[in-house]
Amino acid sequence: MKSLLLIVISALSLAFLTTATGKEVVDPLDSPQWGVMHKLFLNSERVVFDDKVKVFAPKFAEDSMNVPVSFDASELKDIQEIVVIADLNPIPLVLRYYPEEITPYLAFRIKLQQGSPIRAAVKTGDNVWHVGSTWVDAAGGGCTLPSIGTSTGDWSSTLGRVTANIWKREDAPNRFRIKIMHPMDTGLAPGIPKFHIEQMTLSDKGGKQLARLEVFEPISENPMLSLAVDKHEYLKIHGRDNNGNVVDAEVVQ
Amino acid sequence: MSIIRGFSIMLLFSLGFLINGSLQATKNTFDYELKAVKIAQDTYLFEGKTEDFSVQNGGNIVNTAFIVTTEGVIVIDSGISRRYSEQQRVAIAKITDKTILGVYLTHHHPDHFLGNQTYSDTKIYALAETIKSIKVEGEIFRSNMYRLVGDWMRGTLLTMPTEKLKAGKKTIGKHQLEFLSLHGHTASDLAIFDHTTGVLFTGDLVFNRRAATTPHANVVKWLKTLTELKDLRFNVLVPGHGPIARDTTPIKQTYDYLNWLVNTLKEGASNGMDMNEVMHSEIPERFESLALVREELIRSVSHLYPVFENEFLNPAKQ
Repeated sequence: MKSLLLIVISALSLAFLTTATGKEVVDPLDSPQWGVMHKLFLNSERVVFDDKVKVFAPKFAEDSMNVPVSFDASELKDIQEIVVIADLNPIPLVLRYYPEEITPYLAFRIKLQQGSPIRAAVKTGDNVWHVGSTWVDAAGGGCTLPSIGTSTGDWSSTLGRVTANIWKREDAPNRFRIKIMHPMDTGLAPGIPKFHIEQMTLSDKGGKQLARLEVFEPISENPMLSLAVDKHEYLKIHGRDNNGNVVDAEVVQ
Repeated sequence: MSIIRGFSIMLLFSLGFLINGSLQATKNTFDYELKAVKIAQDTYLFEGKTEDFSVQNGGNIVNTAFIVTTEGVIVIDSGISRRYSEQQRVAIAKITDKTILGVYLTHHHPDHFLGNQTYSDTKIYALAETIKSIKVEGEIFRSNMYRLVGDWMRGTLLTMPTEKLKAGKKTIGKHQLEFLSLHGHTASDLAIFDHTTGVLFTGDLVFNRRAATTPHANVVKWLKTLTELKDLRFNVLVPGHGPIARDTTPIKQTYDYLNWLVNTLKEGASNGMDMNEVMHSEIPERFESLALVREELIRSVSHLYPVFENEFLNPAKQ
């Protein structure tokens, strides 16, 4: 009886898939693009929708150019990689984060072209993707508009400038916030080629790499990132954009 | 049993959709049900709901008003849509057969001026800065309102104010009116003080029992403006949103909320908090009765937080 009901539910849902174990995994947001996302960015590997991956974003995007998104995957162990996807964005892939030596928390802002699921998919050592999702409604225009810097022409004087701070915390990982001046043009605004930060690494004072980040077009102009950096009080940032501009910065608490 | 129950629940749902759908198709006459309520001598109010824009309320979330002077009628704000202002004008005609002298716009937010076109045969007054803002953002507002309230907007066109309003006192039809050029909620907010009746129309500088909105706000200036308004000796206060009052309670309430908002943003930024964390800040008990307080906090963080967080970032060594 129960299994029959399950079939009815499955038939009602357009977006379901079967994992290696044969257990049905239904996208809780029932997104028409989920199947494609799974194939493109998670290599069709095994997936579980997992409450241990917490994704935070407001229910509606007040400013489609700057939608705050954050995730916390600190309940999971042995994390290999974290992928952030916005299914219905013209460019769905937001970032890949490799929190090698630090707590898997990251906050950032994205451009959203329309209402979309926002997901953080966390791959653990057993090759399973743990996916946390939330839905953001948006009025549109986020990705196909030129950045303010590009449209006002003043981006070049501040390109790559970094402001940052580290907050020491007693019972939690220290908080690191960094803002990098960059137009982050998506290439979807007429006549403006894509121009965005591609890679960033975070190292400690001795040069040991703590985390690595791959950044894609949907990240908002002048990216503002918040990271959980455990007990570190001295950090080095090294980054590069798709035009070969390099950003190097040191931040002390 | 469980299958049967499952199917009947599904059936109920689909029937529900059918009934809802057909009701909406046949019964929606796009009637805002505007009722002119007399709030003082010669003075009438159309009170909007303290809700957010929705397809259900058609955008009737704003207070508009009119004064019947001996020379003619003065309308304060034209509402959200063509349908709204047409119905507003019909409702005014039920009270008086006097001609309409002009519409006075309190500020450039869509729920206050998108009804202008119904009054294109009269004068439409706004402060100079308000006219500029309508020129820049009016079309964006209009298309966004179609998205938020749908067919209620049908046929609504952007109609610009025709007259630049100067601040100061002016007697119209035996009503001694004072036009106050203020700011804070937006770059240019008009308040109208009718010295004859003691009615103060504050526009969105004052919200009553509803959380204040901040998409174009300068909160520091707004707080200063509120202390000025508090000193005016009015009998009746007409806020932009929420019920009228006969004392300064809504002014104090708006001040208290905005003051808390600024402190919350500043504290969040000084502690290195991310936007989503500040959006989930605990709301003090005294604000829990304000309509839409969590939604407005979330919006206000989007609008205002970047300025505060920049204050707590230092240039890195590069």
